[in-house]
Amino acid sequence: MKKSALLGALTFAGLVAGTASAATLDDVKARGEVNCGVSTGVNGFSAPDASGEWQGFDVAVCRAVAAAVLGDPKKVKFVTTTGQTRFTALASGEVDMLSRNSTWTFSRDNDLKLDFVGVNYYDGQGFMVNKDMGISSAKELNGATVCIQTGTTTELNLADYFRVNNMSYEPVPIETNAEAQQQYLARACDVYTTDASGLAATRASFADPENHIILPEIISKEPLGPVVRHGDNQWADIVRWTLYALVASEEYGVTSANIEEMAKGTTNPEINRLLGTEGDLGAMIGLDAKWAMRAIQAGGNYGEIFATNIGESTPIGLARGLNALWTQGGLQYAPPFR
Amino acid sequence: MGRADAAASGGFTLGMLIYDTRYRSLTIQVVFLMLFMAAAAWLVENTIENLEALGKDFSFRFLGAPAGYDINQRLVEYTNQMSHARAMLVGLLNTLVLAAAACVTATIVGVLAGVLRLSRNWVVARLMTVYVEAFRNIPLLLWILLIFAVMTEMMPPPAAFRGEAATSSMLLFDSVAITNRGVYVPEPLFDRSLGSVDLGLFLVSLDLIAIIAAIVAAVAINRAILRRAAAIQNLTGIRPATWWQSVLLLGGIPVAVLAALGFHLGFPELKGLNFAGGTHLRNSLIAMWFALTIYTGAFIAENVRAGILAISRGQTEAAFSLGLRPGRTMSLVILPQALRVIIPPLISQYLNITKNTSLALAVGYMDLRSTLGGITINQTGRELEGMLLMMLVYLVLSLSISGVMNIYNARVKIRER
Repeated sequence: MKKSALLGALTFAGLVAGTASAATLDDVKARGEVNCGVSTGVNGFSAPDASGEWQGFDVAVCRAVAAAVLGDPKKVKFVTTTGQTRFTALASGEVDMLSRNSTWTFSRDNDLKLDFVGVNYYDGQGFMVNKDMGISSAKELNGATVCIQTGTTTELNLADYFRVNNMSYEPVPIETNAEAQQQYLARACDVYTTDASGLAATRASFADPENHIILPEIISKEPLGPVVRHGDNQWADIVRWTLYALVASEEYGVTSANIEEMAKGTTNPEINRLLGTEGDLGAMIGLDAKWAMRAIQAGGNYGEIFATNIGESTPIGLARGLNALWTQGGLQYAPPFR
Repeated sequence: MGRADAAASGGFTLGMLIYDTRYRSLTIQVVFLMLFMAAAAWLVENTIENLEALGKDFSFRFLGAPAGYDINQRLVEYTNQMSHARAMLVGLLNTLVLAAAACVTATIVGVLAGVLRLSRNWVVARLMTVYVEAFRNIPLLLWILLIFAVMTEMMPPPAAFRGEAATSSMLLFDSVAITNRGVYVPEPLFDRSLGSVDLGLFLVSLDLIAIIAAIVAAVAINRAILRRAAAIQNLTGIRPATWWQSVLLLGGIPVAVLAALGFHLGFPELKGLNFAGGTHLRNSLIAMWFALTIYTGAFIAENVRAGILAISRGQTEAAFSLGLRPGRTMSLVILPQALRVIIPPLISQYLNITKNTSLALAVGYMDLRSTLGGITINQTGRELEGMLLMMLVYLVLSLSISGVMNIYNARVKIRER
């Protein structure tokens, strides 16, 4: 009898230990670092620099979250994920959040039990070809060999696009952006297709970027943004509002240069609430008053992050386009901090 | 209760389960079984619990939904509007084709290398030693990636075949094109095709069936003729010349059927961005096939060598003393006996090939692992169901192979009388 009681206790203990913990915030605080899933390397979005530090537009979101939650933007463990492994890594708890140009779709949000908390880059799928092929439109790609990362929405968009336009193509399935780049440069495929931002980033790393063109057709909507597990609303809110804090700070003119000054108090109550000099927004999401200030200090506001990583002065040279603030004709819009 | 009293009275006490040798082993087994079942139950329970925590259910309904993705190598009809189950079938057939092709070529390479390694020719024997040791001691994945890289980086793109100043040209009278997208070879075409018959799951070409039937018929008739010749030889001691009949039958019947079907070869030619026509052997297939062949061939070579060395030297000497030449000694005396030793490890090599095809993902060969276990799982988020299904398929596949090979083994193994 004693033995079976012991067995029962063991089984129960195992069950408790095996059940996924719901409170990601507590886990992160206890661990002292945020596990952030990023891509295996897309220049400008997430790639390690010469000294091994992760840099980029997607990386900046992870750092802002770490700064808001733990007070230090360096307290991030970057976990590389491929198109195939990213959602499993998130669902299994290997990472706390994904920030790796993943497209927000209905089925991912609902069927995969994930939550997309916002959009940090509005993108669309494009095609890149070598200039010497003399192709100027995606409609001329009939019979082309197309390199594509498997397990992505682009794979499905591609199938739809060629079917709707009654064209045939030969897909070459590839796991990572680096491999795709290698295949494309070896001309094992005529075309490389992925999000237009990814194409621009990939092209920027070529020895001869001027010999490659991105075709004018954008065949899909690809809203890219950070993802968290479904069911942990507190953690989702933290990531969501950290992203909004970055956008809002650009709107209110809070930059990494003037944030110290502004934190002493301004005449704009919205800025005061954002930076924690007025009200107690921080307590409402389980953080302290200065959370948003630290998030902005990590890499600057949304506009600064964009400009330093992928903006027009960088080799990647992306224009703000849809990603301009709503006040400047773009789609980036943060709900009020109130 | 007192144990001594109970033992004295011949009754049964709980303590006897441990201290009485009659029951002890049974007790241990029962306890172990209980532990094992508890562990299994915990695994299942934990899975259910965690799925619930994630808000996921367990269902195979996703197999009926449209797959939405394209597959480059299709042995049966498939479009991206067909179901995930269909995509899985396409992947499974790709796995089977690769495994079957690799088993055949690996056996040929392995037997040749194994026999040659025992050659008296010093150079040949050493070369085979180098082959075996080099290939079986480097991970298979590296060979696959190396061959794939060589194919994509070193071979010319289709554009190099185009125009006046083409830098590359096709081989063998413009019938074979080796490009960095794969090898294009001529395809068989039939002017007066019989069409194909729908088997529900896929179409089977009647042309192929007709050709196979012709070959089988020719072989059967040829056998009857040979049997008759043997009977005459036994009766009269003179064997009638049958070679011209055999040549006519074995060559004539299949050729006649091919001619009736209007057989000709379709050559690949440059059309638009790529070669069109012909059969396209993709780089991924070539890399997988070639790597599996040379890698597993090295293991099979060692099995073959072991099998041959297991036959005592007296057999060879006996055969020589009967006047058999070395080639015939090998094929008639040594190899049939060596097969008994070779077959059982060969089975496991075939199983290895089949399971190793799942490395195909590394070079984008669309096998079962890449379709069901890769894209389908990723697009539907059904990791558990997909993985279980895939494990089941590989299990059934491996058990079938080993079942068939065991039957073959039962036929060639030594029969004790």
